[in-house]
Amino acid sequence: MLGKLDWSAIPFDQPIPLVAGAVVLVAILGVLTWVVVKGHLPYLWSEWITSVDHKRIGVMYILLASVMLLRGGSDAIMMRIQQAVAYQSQGYLPPEHYNQIFSAHGTIMIFFVAMPFVIGLMNLIVPLQLGVRDVAFPTLNSVGFWLTATGALLVNLSLVIGEFARTGWLAFPPLSELSYSPGVGVDYYAWSLQISGVGTLVAGINLVTTVLKLRTRGMNYLRMPMFCWTTLASNLLIVAAFPILTATLAMLLLDRYLGFHFFTNEAGGNVMMFMNLIWAWGHPEVYILVLPAFGIFSEVVSTFSGKALFGYRSMVLATMAICVISFMVWLHHFFTMGAGPDVNAIFGIASMIIAVPTGVKIYNWLFTMYGGRIRFATPMLWAVGFMVTFIIGGLTGVLLAVPPADFMLHNSMFLVAHFHNVIIGGVLFGAFAGFEYWFPKAFGFRLDERWGKLAFWFTFLGFFITFIPLYIAGMLGMTRRMQHYDVAAWRPWMIVAAIGMAVLTIGVICQIMQLVVSIRNREALRDRTGDPWDGRSLEWATSSPPPVFNFAFNPDVRGEDAYWDMKIHAQQQSLERDRPEYQDIEMPRNSPTGFVCAFFATVMGFALIWHIWWMVILGGLGAFATFVVFAWRDHDEYVIPAEEVAAIDRINLEERRSLVSMAGTV
Amino acid sequence: MAMTATAGHAHADPHHIGLVIEHPGPASKRIVTAYGFWIFLLSDIVMFSCFFAAYAVLSGQTAGGPKGSEIFEQRNVAIETVCLLLSSFTCGMASIAADVRNRFWFYLGMTVTCVLGLIFLVIEFREFADLVARGYGPSRSAFLTAFFSLVGCHGLHVSAGVLWLLTMMAQVFAKGFRADVLRRMMCFALFWHALDIVWVGVFSVVYLLGSAA
Repeated sequence: MLGKLDWSAIPFDQPIPLVAGAVVLVAILGVLTWVVVKGHLPYLWSEWITSVDHKRIGVMYILLASVMLLRGGSDAIMMRIQQAVAYQSQGYLPPEHYNQIFSAHGTIMIFFVAMPFVIGLMNLIVPLQLGVRDVAFPTLNSVGFWLTATGALLVNLSLVIGEFARTGWLAFPPLSELSYSPGVGVDYYAWSLQISGVGTLVAGINLVTTVLKLRTRGMNYLRMPMFCWTTLASNLLIVAAFPILTATLAMLLLDRYLGFHFFTNEAGGNVMMFMNLIWAWGHPEVYILVLPAFGIFSEVVSTFSGKALFGYRSMVLATMAICVISFMVWLHHFFTMGAGPDVNAIFGIASMIIAVPTGVKIYNWLFTMYGGRIRFATPMLWAVGFMVTFIIGGLTGVLLAVPPADFMLHNSMFLVAHFHNVIIGGVLFGAFAGFEYWFPKAFGFRLDERWGKLAFWFTFLGFFITFIPLYIAGMLGMTRRMQHYDVAAWRPWMIVAAIGMAVLTIGVICQIMQLVVSIRNREALRDRTGDPWDGRSLEWATSSPPPVFNFAFNPDVRGEDAYWDMKIHAQQQSLERDRPEYQDIEMPRNSPTGFVCAFFATVMGFALIWHIWWMVILGGLGAFATFVVFAWRDHDEYVIPAEEVAAIDRINLEERRSLVSMAGTV
Repeated sequence: MAMTATAGHAHADPHHIGLVIEHPGPASKRIVTAYGFWIFLLSDIVMFSCFFAAYAVLSGQTAGGPKGSEIFEQRNVAIETVCLLLSSFTCGMASIAADVRNRFWFYLGMTVTCVLGLIFLVIEFREFADLVARGYGPSRSAFLTAFFSLVGCHGLHVSAGVLWLLTMMAQVFAKGFRADVLRRMMCFALFWHALDIVWVGVFSVVYLLGSAA
């Protein structure tokens, strides 16, 4: 009846996951009770859960990422403590638990923190920057978000029901095959990634179509803000790379569920094929994450330097070059696995070449700052911190791209330090910069600068205190993923890294404090004009938060830095006054399709993990029925009457008049 | 389409390339929908390419089991191919009928497409069932694993297509040729033709090359 599921699936003998699970459960129940008792449920349902507004969906993506960041961060803290204490002892985490933690940490941080964070920011900002009312497929957008949430839910379920994979974040076979991993851990891993992968693909298709087909009048390709370009590149990579992940995991699942022989040791299966396939997805994935961050830094550096981005066209070229070359370097992830010197040399050189467009970007940002009137607001701090940190990570990356060096350093803590250096220093700093920069746009008030700066400095210093020791430990020969060790020389560095982790944690606490303090002082921090940073692109041309239709009129774009242009012209010619007649606006109706679909996907995923076949069929039928019902509806749009549009728009125009007279002077 | 020539906006063209064609604004829903679906199809073809690659890698790994030339029946494959290619034609007829809003020819075209699709699926299912009965199921060897996955993945797509086809007929029956129904019909036709293209790949790489070897 319930497949492999019985009471032994609940880890009663392991206090850590059980207590963690209980705490999370109590927290969720507490929030739910509060929502229901306070009567917020109808609001939550109609304004958020069923919303197809790209801004709301973007906010929900970022919320999901933030919650999962705490989960993945807890895993990190546990690992750092374990390695600090497990010198010539077992530490406090048994090996099978430790293995689950490092696997979950990687999986969560990449798929459920970094991905939703950048996709959330793209969702929130790109339609605004393009000057349009929504993304290309609003309802699909909601489906994509909720499928991502389903994946996150399944990963967290594995904490208390069953186990998570012990195979590392990419589940290499043959270890991940049924004969070596008979439990449900790998199945939790694979199904949660399959489901959230569909969500990511949907988001990718949606954003590519949005950038290529939905741009306001005059928004030629070479007038798009840099963030739109990097969004385009990143989502092209999603469309091209995520199907590879889907196919690869499908093969692994076929091996595990139906006795196929893709990657087994027997009957001619080929393990190296998994390595090639997974990294053919995995390397572009790195750029899927970091390209949007590059876009955010471009926007931030340009805005806070008060200058147009230096070398805009070279930046576009560099972005697209990275987009293409990122597909030609995957083999550097397994130089040591016997491809031979010629192949290794080619991929080594390709990996070094990709540093060239990245270097172009760094110089462009530096030259943008050069001669500018720089304001060191929190987003700018993250951007400058990124440049310093990312260059170090990039250099160690080029070092690892040299095959002979890689033979010495692969699979060591040096590698761990390297990819944390680029992912934290690149993606996470970028996400935080974007969060600080666009928060006022999303919610209508700025974030507290004092706590923001504290958060930056603690995170920045904490990062170096944590990861420089890992570089050194790697040089001293320490391999990654060690549950305990006996080498005295490594010990001090592990202790320093644990201290660094504490500093990083203070950074995270500062960030939470920043949010609390800012919400409390929101009246004082209110952004009335919609342009708190003296911005340059179109998202600042509408109010904060923007009305549901974003713009009363789709703006007319006449050059790069569209909004900056408008401000200058408004000052010279008072264009703001002659507005044409307001018109009715049609907007897509809210739809529970995404939520209902994700509900059935959750049921189906859970049933597949535990081999509950009747429930699988039920879930599948439910998902299909949801789509048919969605396809059957007769009214998918509603009309906002012109008077309402006019009323909303006029309020913002009044606030903006005062600004226009002051800003825009170069 | 306007050109940037107004003196007031000369700075819009800093490199003086001149005659920049202004982007006319957001595309129509029909174009956006079809464009998005094209992108989806491209991603689907990337997924198929992984299974093709796996087949190329594993096709020699028979582990003592049968080779391709020992199990492929060219007559069946020929019938399957004819069915699918014909169904692409009838699907095209149904699309034209939908565009001119002719219900009779639409239903006829879709029905024939559906029947041809089902014939294809039945032949494929019987081929699979026969192989499994002879002990040549997907777990026999890596070659058979790759064969069943690649051909089966295409078969699953065709099955989903048949389900979609029936839903489209029901939609036209219930809603008529509404704009959104027509957009979906366009996506369905793209999907069906794409499956045909993938089948041409399967036919050549698996059956033709396999029979020769």
